[in-house]
Amino acid sequence: MSFLKIKNLSVDYKMRKETVYAAKNVNIEVNKGEILGLVGESGSGKSTVGNAIINLIDEPGKVSNGSILLGDINIHENSKNIASYRGKKVGLIFQDPQTSLNPIFTIGEQLIETIQTHLSLNTEEAKNKAINLLKEVGIKDADTRFYNYPHQFSGGMRQRVVISLALCCEPELLIADEPTTALDVSIQSQILELIKRLTKERNLAVILITHDMGVIAETTDRVAVMKNGNLVEIGKTKEVLMTPKEIYTKSLVSSVPPTNKKIERFKIIEKENKNQTDTNIKILNRWTKKKIVDQDLVQIKNLSKTFDDSFFTESSKNSVMAVNDVSFNIKEGQSFGLVGESGSGKSTIAKMIVNLFKPTSGDIYFDKVCITKIKNNKEMMKFRKQIQMIFQDPYSSLNGRLKVKDIVSEPIKLHNPSISSKDLDNYIYDLLESVELTQQSADRYPHEFSGGQRQRISIARALATQPRLLVCDEPTSALDVSIQAQILNLLKDLQEQLNLTILFISHDLPVVRQMCDRIAVLKNGKLCEISETEELFKNPSHDYTKELLTLMPKIESIYN
Amino acid sequence: MDNKKLNVWDRIRDSDIYFSFIKSPTAIASAIILFIILFCSFFVEFITPYNPFDPSSLSLMDAFTPPSWTEDGVAKFIIGTDGQGRDMLSTILYGSRISLIVGFSAIIFSLVLGVGLGLTAGYFGGKYEMIVMRLTDVQLTVPSILMALLVDGIARGIISREMHDEMAIYVLIFAIGISEWPQFARVSRAATLVEKNKDYVSASTIIGVSNFIIMFKHILPNITRPVLVIGTIGLALAILAESTLSFLGVGVPPTTPSLGTLIRLGNDFLFSGEWWITFFPAIFLVILAFSINLLGDWMRDTLNPKLN
Repeated sequence: MSFLKIKNLSVDYKMRKETVYAAKNVNIEVNKGEILGLVGESGSGKSTVGNAIINLIDEPGKVSNGSILLGDINIHENSKNIASYRGKKVGLIFQDPQTSLNPIFTIGEQLIETIQTHLSLNTEEAKNKAINLLKEVGIKDADTRFYNYPHQFSGGMRQRVVISLALCCEPELLIADEPTTALDVSIQSQILELIKRLTKERNLAVILITHDMGVIAETTDRVAVMKNGNLVEIGKTKEVLMTPKEIYTKSLVSSVPPTNKKIERFKIIEKENKNQTDTNIKILNRWTKKKIVDQDLVQIKNLSKTFDDSFFTESSKNSVMAVNDVSFNIKEGQSFGLVGESGSGKSTIAKMIVNLFKPTSGDIYFDKVCITKIKNNKEMMKFRKQIQMIFQDPYSSLNGRLKVKDIVSEPIKLHNPSISSKDLDNYIYDLLESVELTQQSADRYPHEFSGGQRQRISIARALATQPRLLVCDEPTSALDVSIQAQILNLLKDLQEQLNLTILFISHDLPVVRQMCDRIAVLKNGKLCEISETEELFKNPSHDYTKELLTLMPKIESIYN
Repeated sequence: MDNKKLNVWDRIRDSDIYFSFIKSPTAIASAIILFIILFCSFFVEFITPYNPFDPSSLSLMDAFTPPSWTEDGVAKFIIGTDGQGRDMLSTILYGSRISLIVGFSAIIFSLVLGVGLGLTAGYFGGKYEMIVMRLTDVQLTVPSILMALLVDGIARGIISREMHDEMAIYVLIFAIGISEWPQFARVSRAATLVEKNKDYVSASTIIGVSNFIIMFKHILPNITRPVLVIGTIGLALAILAESTLSFLGVGVPPTTPSLGTLIRLGNDFLFSGEWWITFFPAIFLVILAFSINLLGDWMRDTLNPKLN
């Protein structure tokens, strides 16, 4: 007899033009003492199902059909039921620990308030209960930390407090919506361990909503795969991941970058652009291909960058060392990976290489010329042409007011003002086709494209000047895993055909392993180690690298 | 995504702005009123049978004719005539044309000045930004009417008496414009600060696009929404400021009266019973400013991403 039963749940949103089904006839059951993973890409309706259980669906969406049984009570039958179950029998953990705690109350006040809303305890009893809870979720010195404000906790600690809040009224069902997505790898594994432990100790039924297959593989007992509001497949995690029955599940599993080996290309089963078949790099005809010389294309020497936050005072107390004495070289034609957690300074280095920031000290050499010392704008243009960048956020990296052809043509016209308009059009079409977009895309605006297609436009723009170095700053971290696989394949093909040198920045170790020849690991602006990819993954020398490697969620853990 | 190309009209009909316009009776009503006022004011020569500024067509016999529906009213002067026998309705329409021209020109002047300064201040930052923003702070401590009076006073000192009537309208535009620009500067600077940190700006910088082109081709189109909203509300304010100044006697000369001038002239007759001479221009001004404001409110609600 399962604890939570979702029967034929449908949720729809009445929009201006049509009704969108966020969930369609979803049937899910969860038992006590088990963790059910709800996995899917963005827009698959996985969060909708979680929100429907506690009736937190925003207007204009509404539950149009189906029932949700908790124990044997239909919680949607009566609106009073929901209010008394939400928070009491059902606990919630949200994605962002920054916003799910109220910053102007101490965590103690917030815990006591929640406890007293649902349980009839006096303040003293509530306080004792709260402190015990904080101890249970692993907060040290709970007696004193009780009086702290949320900003005095780190991200991981804050998420622990959120978990204790969710647990404080002895819930029987816990819904965790992407609980670790905003956290770094090392903290992620601690939080997942905590959720696993609590599930066993308290005999909870847990729904873990995530997009990360590694997290699913390591944490959940059973998994439900969703796509476009439909439940594709549900079953034991091991069975679903190892022998997926549905095509969609197969493609999802095959798009996940393996952590234990390097593969040539990702197997793509379902394509985003069905009309395009093979990669067809048309710009090859125009590309003045540089022979790969065995030399260092980029040399970075003792690079440092401090951000001064002192507007009124001259003191350097407020200054932050974002990058601290970093040196490395990138060989021509290689892919060089820069790995680190948030705040490690990896994006700052990228921005200095593309000359968006000036370094505080140290030099960057490109093709044996020190580009940090160039003052002359004309001189700089030569290098701007050769170093291009792809950004993380495909939504802010394209100007929404310009047509795609204007976005792509801007660099061409700037560096080759004499180009004829007919030639320019052909060049744009070639570029778009090289990134597997249709010619018709040229006349559209960016908002008409999906995240993955926007990233392709971004790549086309970067290739327009025929660069030698392509800086990719987390190019796929905003994308779904199947789209990520396609973009990574595209980058690999382009690199091979066009002899590009790539600086690939990511926090995602499996992705870096697939993409890079050499890897540098950064922590707090300092370089931990540099070595060949396989060497780094097999015999990491630095402690921090070892920690990262053991803690990253591995989809392969399912085979053990 | 469908492949067929949409023409401009389809695009407009497909847009969210059109949708919310159709759904808002207030917006439709104010847009219609505004359109009628604009149309009548600018094509007044073809609409009214009278030219109030042609002395030969005036007859003092017609002076102080009350509105047509009152006892002594005459059908050919619908809302009566003023002290010189000019048809009030035609005079108001001619007057509103002056008011609108001054209002629009002043707002365009302050928009260009304010957005130019705000955009560059937000983009370049540093000392330049500090100077510009402190300037707006200082400007905002001076009430705009006083500012306009000051400009008018200085202009009277510089420009010779003969030239003054001719130049009055330009002085007025400058005076109102110079007192409104800080609003535009502040809003456009704030919007620029948001836009300049977006990746598309970085991408253009990396490509090597010049600062000038980044500012005006990339950032400017992306900050038009907030600027448009305060521009609309500013237009109503500018028209009111023009009327206030004309009412005080420092605006356009009585030979080419604006709405404010008409209200002032009519004011003299208020206590002798000829109420319509001041009442109708005043009510016309209220309707004009009110419908612009309502349209501005609707625009703010529609274009504000936070309220969607």
